[in-house]
Amino acid sequence: MIEIENLSKWYGDFQVLTDCTTQVASGEVVVVCGPSGSGKSTLIKCVNGLEPAQKGRITVDGLEVTARGADLTKLRAGIGMVFQHFELYPHMTVRENLCLAQQKVLGRSRDEAVAKAEALLHRVGLAQHIDKHPGALSGGQQQRVAISRALAMDPVAMLFDEPTSALDPEMINEVLDVMVELGLEGMTMMVVTHEMGFARKVANRVVFMDEGAIIEDRPTEDFFNNPNSDRAKDFLSRILDH
Amino acid sequence: MADFDFDVIANNLPFLWQGLQLSLLLTLLAVVGGIVFGTMLALMRLSGILPLSLLAGTYVNLIRSVPLILVIFWFYFLVPLALGRPIGSFYSALIAFTLFEAAYFSEIIRAGIQSVRKGQVHAAQATGLNYWQTQRYIVLPQAFRNMIPILVTQGIILFQDTSLVFVVSLRDFMTVSSIVARTEGRLVEMYIFAACVYFVICFAGSLFVRRLHKARPA
Repeated sequence: MIEIENLSKWYGDFQVLTDCTTQVASGEVVVVCGPSGSGKSTLIKCVNGLEPAQKGRITVDGLEVTARGADLTKLRAGIGMVFQHFELYPHMTVRENLCLAQQKVLGRSRDEAVAKAEALLHRVGLAQHIDKHPGALSGGQQQRVAISRALAMDPVAMLFDEPTSALDPEMINEVLDVMVELGLEGMTMMVVTHEMGFARKVANRVVFMDEGAIIEDRPTEDFFNNPNSDRAKDFLSRILDH
Repeated sequence: MADFDFDVIANNLPFLWQGLQLSLLLTLLAVVGGIVFGTMLALMRLSGILPLSLLAGTYVNLIRSVPLILVIFWFYFLVPLALGRPIGSFYSALIAFTLFEAAYFSEIIRAGIQSVRKGQVHAAQATGLNYWQTQRYIVLPQAFRNMIPILVTQGIILFQDTSLVFVVSLRDFMTVSSIVARTEGRLVEMYIFAACVYFVICFAGSLFVRRLHKARPA
C-alpha cells in the first residue's frame, strides 16, 4: 500500500532523512518511533507529499507521490492524516470541518456529507458536539474530531503524526481507543508515536529511527523483546522504565 | 466668544453633508477595492512563483515610496490620456486611492496570511484541497479575522487622507468646509467644526477597533 524506497531529504545542507526504505502493506499497522529530531514526522509528511523529498521514491496505492507533476491533491484525498496539534479549522463548526473536503474535493452533496459526518461522530461518541466550534472541545475530543475528518474522505490509508503528544494524560486513552479500533478493523495505518502500549497492542511492525535513518524495521514482538541496535535498546529502556 | 456665529453650520448643513457623503463614499469604495486588490498582491507575493512575487513586490515598494498626492495627480492627468477621454475627478481619485491603499493593505494582509499556522495549510492540503481552496476556505478567513482591527485602523487613515482630493477639485468634507468658511467669512467656526467632525468619526472608529481587540478570543 505504502512503499518508501531509498528516501533522502535535506533542509539546505542539513540531511534530515538518509536512505529510508520501508513499506506498509494493506491492512497493516506500522508504528514509527525514535528520539525527537530523528526525522519520524518528516518521513510521514513525505508520504502524502506535504514535505518534498530530494531523492528516492514513494508510492501509495500504486500512485507515485515523488513523481514530478504528480497529482498531489487527488492522492492526498485518498490518504487521511492526523496531526499532533489537531489542526481543526477554528473558524468552522465540527460539522463544517468534516464536510468541507467531502463537498469540495469528492463532490459529495451536502446531505451526503452531513450524513457521513454524523455517522463518524456518532462512532467516536461526539455526535452531540456537531454544531460546536473546535475551541469549545477538549484536546481529546478535538483529536477524535480530527480523526473523523480524515475518515470522512474514505481513505485507503491513515497517517498519524504524534496524535497524542499534545494531549493531557487523561485524554490520551480516548484517542488511542479510536485508533486501536481502526487498526483492528483493518485500516492501513502508519503511526508516529511514543505510545509503546499502542504499538504492542495493534502494530504489526515497528520502525525505529534515529538521526534521519531507519535503524530497525521489525515485527513488533521482536522489536520489544530483543532489539538489535544499542540505540533502540537505549531508547526502549528510557521510554519503558517509567 | 461673543463674536462666534455657529449658525453658519446649520445654514449650510445640506452642502456640508454632501461633502461628508463624498468623503465617506470614497473611503468605503477605496477600502473595498484596496482590500480586494491588496489580497491579490499579497497572494502574488506569497505564491512562491518568482515573476509574480517580484512584480507584486516592486509595485508595493514603488507605490509606498511616493506621496499619495502625487498618485492622485498622476491618475487625474494620466487616465484621460490613456483612455482618450476624461473620466471625471471622482473616478480618477477613486482609482488613485484604491491602487495606493492596495499597497498598504497588501502588507497588512500578507502579515495576516503569515499569522495562520502552517499546520492549518497542511491539514487542508492533507484532505485534498488545492491551493486556491486552501486559501479561500482556510487561510484567508482566519487571516482576515486576525486582521480586522488593523484594517479598520488603515480605513480611518484613508478617511483622513480623502481630504487630499481638493487638488483635483473634488468637494469632499474638508473642501466644502473651507468653501463655507471663506464665503461666509467664518473661518474659525468652520475649521473647529470640521476638526470636531473628523475627530468624532475617527475616534468612534478607534473605539470600535479597541472593542474588536477585546472581543477577539485568545
